[in-house]
Amino acid sequence: MERTTAMNAQMQMTASPAPRALWPWVTVLVVAAAAMAFFVKGYVLFQGTMLLSYAIALVGLNILTGYNGQISLGHGAFYAIGAYTAAVLMDKAGAPYWVAIPAAGLASLVVGYAFGRPALKLQGLYLALATFALGVVAPQLLKYKHLEPWTGGVGGIVLNKPEAPFGLPLTADQWFYLFTLVLTVLMFVLARNLIDSGTGRALRAIRDHDMAAESMGVDNRHYKSMAFGVSAAFTGVAGALSALAVQFVSPDSFTMFLSISLIVGVVVGGVGTLWGALFGAAFIMFVPAVAEKISKDAAWGVYGAVLILFMFVMPGGVMGLIARARERLTRVSSGA
Amino acid sequence: MEIFVQQVIAGLTTGGIYASVALALVMIYQATHHVNFAQGEMAMFSTFLAWALIQAGLPYWAAFFATVVVSFVLGAVVEFAVIRPLHRAPELSVVVVFIGLLVIFHSIAGWIFGTQIKEFPTPFAKDAWYASRLMSAHQVGTIFVALCLVAALFSFFRYTTLGLTMRAAAQNPASSRLLGINVGRLLMLGWGLAAAIGAVAGMMVAPVVYLDPSMMIGVLIYAFAGALIGGIDNPVGAVIGGFLVGVLENLIGTYVVGTELKLSVALVLIVGVLVVRPAGLFGRRVVQRV
Repeated sequence: MERTTAMNAQMQMTASPAPRALWPWVTVLVVAAAAMAFFVKGYVLFQGTMLLSYAIALVGLNILTGYNGQISLGHGAFYAIGAYTAAVLMDKAGAPYWVAIPAAGLASLVVGYAFGRPALKLQGLYLALATFALGVVAPQLLKYKHLEPWTGGVGGIVLNKPEAPFGLPLTADQWFYLFTLVLTVLMFVLARNLIDSGTGRALRAIRDHDMAAESMGVDNRHYKSMAFGVSAAFTGVAGALSALAVQFVSPDSFTMFLSISLIVGVVVGGVGTLWGALFGAAFIMFVPAVAEKISKDAAWGVYGAVLILFMFVMPGGVMGLIARARERLTRVSSGA
Repeated sequence: MEIFVQQVIAGLTTGGIYASVALALVMIYQATHHVNFAQGEMAMFSTFLAWALIQAGLPYWAAFFATVVVSFVLGAVVEFAVIRPLHRAPELSVVVVFIGLLVIFHSIAGWIFGTQIKEFPTPFAKDAWYASRLMSAHQVGTIFVALCLVAALFSFFRYTTLGLTMRAAAQNPASSRLLGINVGRLLMLGWGLAAAIGAVAGMMVAPVVYLDPSMMIGVLIYAFAGALIGGIDNPVGAVIGGFLVGVLENLIGTYVVGTELKLSVALVLIVGVLVVRPAGLFGRRVVQRV
């Protein structure tokens, strides 16, 4: 697919890295999120953990799709690989969760890179089909009977929630939520530094015009497959976190629908934006539930309608809308 | 050997369905450079309409043609109401809108008509003269209908002024507009035609896989793969691709892995082909100008 005006529109939206003035706000946000652990309980806390996990996955997918211009309709597969790596390590090898989660990231990194290498040849729709195939194959492979000794087949694997260490006076739910929060902050900082670095500029240059980038000395092959690997690693870590939060993995948790939700989350949040991941995660987490409340019979019809409405109102996602609003504000204030 | 021949023929039959849906995809792709991921669900919805009409007592062919007309209108309306306002939106946003359409049609069909599996009649009588031991009447009929669609579309685009105008509008909308062509109206026409083709495909596949809201999801994936493997900018290639995928899918299912892993293996093979020939078997390589 050739680069269209649509791509150009996305390029303009790529906000410059968060200015320094944003830091106080980020701190407030993190402190508020941490305080949540002591004010809400049970299911809400679980939802918070899942939201953070989705946000990490969306940051990962955005590195690939938003910043590097490679579409993936199969990122659920990497989410699954992360979840299963962590689950198998903990269940079969007795690894502690703080080993299992980085290992999940590493495993996804390797698989992502290995997938990204041959996928170099594919672009646009062809890449969409290839990644889609990945998303379809993953749950089927997890059910495959010769892998059952490890994966537990259709039955999946049950996990224990980690207890708070050092005798901290926290419940397992609170501890894991805070643990996830810290990891989320870490992953966001990592992503931000990556995007701000020379590597990030190379990734964006390839997205905007691969040939021009190549002729400027950017090694397209290296950066594109690396983008796949890093993106998969983020998503894998997110998958591992979700596995621990749910305390259970099974092939049916990682269907095509998850992959589709992830790409929806990226677009709703804002393609090629870091903070969009939070809005996107909130969308895929809460809108289906709200839709079900509105109409039990046609819940997904409501979901689809909300989705289309969202795109009508903000084709650039939430972050696109914010960028537009800010632009208008500065214009008004400078005009006056 | 006989099983092999039977499987190939069964593959050609489903291939005919894939080829029809692939044609519908190519139709919209050529005009807008988008792949309509909701095409399959729109076709499924049309098939439910046909079922309702038949239930209401209409004879098969009357219901058939009524459905084709209604689907045409539906496709045109979707283009006008949902897709046109987004013509300047980023590409991924349009993809997400297609996903939205997909879940809407899926959900509404289940809501109105129920999710239980229904039987759908075939217009080709079991004991018709063209039925044989190797090929059932419905198989012959499906392949025949698919080939008719291809021939009709081919002649439409090649020999009629309207078809030529549509191709012009798809290839170069700006120049076409300057020549006084109403590009927007042609896009509506394209969407309508695609939806009508999809409806025919849906009504042909429903007697085999039975009618339920999920019946077209697999079909869409294979059709998409067929279109890509044949070359998405080439209608004839897409049709050949559709048939190829149908045969491949059936043979893999019978001889290699059984129905469970069929989809996975077929997709992996197709992606393998694409890695070797990135533009598909019959597609043109796009030369980029710097």
